[in-house]
Amino acid sequence: MLVEEKNAMTEEIEQLVKKFGKKRSALLSILHGIQLKHRHISEYAQQEIARLLDIHPVEVYSVLSFFAFLNATTKDRNLVRICQTISCDMKNKENIVRAVERELNIKIGQTTSDNKFTVEYINCLGLCDEGPAMAINDQVFTKLTPEKAVKLLGKVK
Amino acid sequence: METKTKKRMGAVIFSGYERGTAIKKALSMNREDILLEIRESKLRGRGGAGFPTSTKWMLSAAALSDEKFIICNADEGEPGTFKDRVLLIEYPELVFDGMVIAGYTIGARQGIVYLRGEYEYLYKPLQDYLETMRNDNLLGKDILGKKGFYFDITIFLGAGAYVCGEETALIESLEGHRGEARNRPPYPVNTGFMGKPTIVNNVETLATVPHIIVKGSEWYKKHGTGKSTGSKLFSVSGDCEKPGVYELLWGTKISDLLDLVGAKNTKAVQVGGASGFCYNKTHFDRALAYEDAATGGSIIIFNEGRDMLRVLDNFMEFFVDESCGQCTPCRIGNVKLLEGVKMIQKGEFTFAYINKLKELGKSMQVASKCGLGQSSSNAFLSILENFSEEIFNSQNGDSYEN
Repeated sequence: MLVEEKNAMTEEIEQLVKKFGKKRSALLSILHGIQLKHRHISEYAQQEIARLLDIHPVEVYSVLSFFAFLNATTKDRNLVRICQTISCDMKNKENIVRAVERELNIKIGQTTSDNKFTVEYINCLGLCDEGPAMAINDQVFTKLTPEKAVKLLGKVK
Repeated sequence: METKTKKRMGAVIFSGYERGTAIKKALSMNREDILLEIRESKLRGRGGAGFPTSTKWMLSAAALSDEKFIICNADEGEPGTFKDRVLLIEYPELVFDGMVIAGYTIGARQGIVYLRGEYEYLYKPLQDYLETMRNDNLLGKDILGKKGFYFDITIFLGAGAYVCGEETALIESLEGHRGEARNRPPYPVNTGFMGKPTIVNNVETLATVPHIIVKGSEWYKKHGTGKSTGSKLFSVSGDCEKPGVYELLWGTKISDLLDLVGAKNTKAVQVGGASGFCYNKTHFDRALAYEDAATGGSIIIFNEGRDMLRVLDNFMEFFVDESCGQCTPCRIGNVKLLEGVKMIQKGEFTFAYINKLKELGKSMQVASKCGLGQSSSNAFLSILENFSEEIFNSQNGDSYEN
């Protein structure tokens, strides 16, 4: 990381600490903020959050590693998450998975070579009446067909 | 995603409500009278556990503290449940008015909605809605002219952990820790968020409160059964023509629900989501109620074409994923049950071992620390029991003998 990048990150975290408060209960909200913008929470960011909240960095890592939506290593620009839970499974989520895998030429859990997409499974999205469902970043899409799913990927930058 | 604007009809929750009316009425009542009204209504928690709401409220009202909290549990993670999503999108006024009333009743100044990370797209619309409430003096200082009554609501976004639906795990996560359940007692009603008295109620429970306040507990009790008063929102998915959210009275038979949603050739119904029970045809005349087939509202329907072992496999994968790993019965138990399912799928099992796993399942129910581990073996036990003919006397068995 360049010094300027480090400074920018520190400044960003300072802003978040200001917004949510310099207290332990602000931790998840701060992590969310960094995750949203950078798609991961780097080791440096973890250390800075710890320093500013006055807790040990391992505490930050322990929380971040607990939650499915937070990650310490870079995923790429777009995160595609396909619901794997029962109702979507019954609506043939397998076909969606296979279509996406073929189209992006990766297996589920992997990242494309141009770092544009990571595809993962997710547990119940709460869209069981409209399955199969998939989330691309923070948007959700329902009643998918393989064709529709692939088309949606095409619209993503 | 579809956003339906069509008007829903129902006996209680969907019976029509104008924003603010219940708050206005509540503010003209004594706190004790509100508590009595809630107690009289026999309202019970809608998340699934069915704990009497008035008991939670009374204990936290009686607790002495300079600060108290109302938490709305919108961490709806149970597979097959989506009623809270519908309530928050279409009826936020019910949920938030319920929180304000709870705040007034126990003397809390702050409400927190714990919104599951998967519903991030609701964050902004709900924030906007809260802003309109502030503008209309339904939140903030001196609400509706009631001197000295301050209450405000913030929304806290979860980050994808099923276990955070358990109230103490939810509180841990709010406090900035891993979402691992606490030992109970002490209960949140006296030692909750930040060690202060805290009520944690399900979205649907809170959405029922305004109706009870406006129309009274007598009216409310007319619905449902003696032990399960009122109505329930059911999230129906799986093999049926009309999946969606239905408001039905407690006591409705499973078979009536199946007719209503257009389910044909039904073989099995999973009542209560992955942590609930799987029923076969012989149980379809059972009533959906706390005293019979209890549920937090998830109904998943399977027709004759479904492989129940695959269903069970899906449930157990879910629990292995979502166990927080804090206590051994749940962390290891779920893995062992999943391995057992895979063995049956391959036809590489002995009945002696399967019986051991059933014993393990029962041990998990008593030995696990929180509701997750205590209920995760329900599906395993009920599917193996209710569908033993299909599972042990069909393709799986054949394939390994050949």
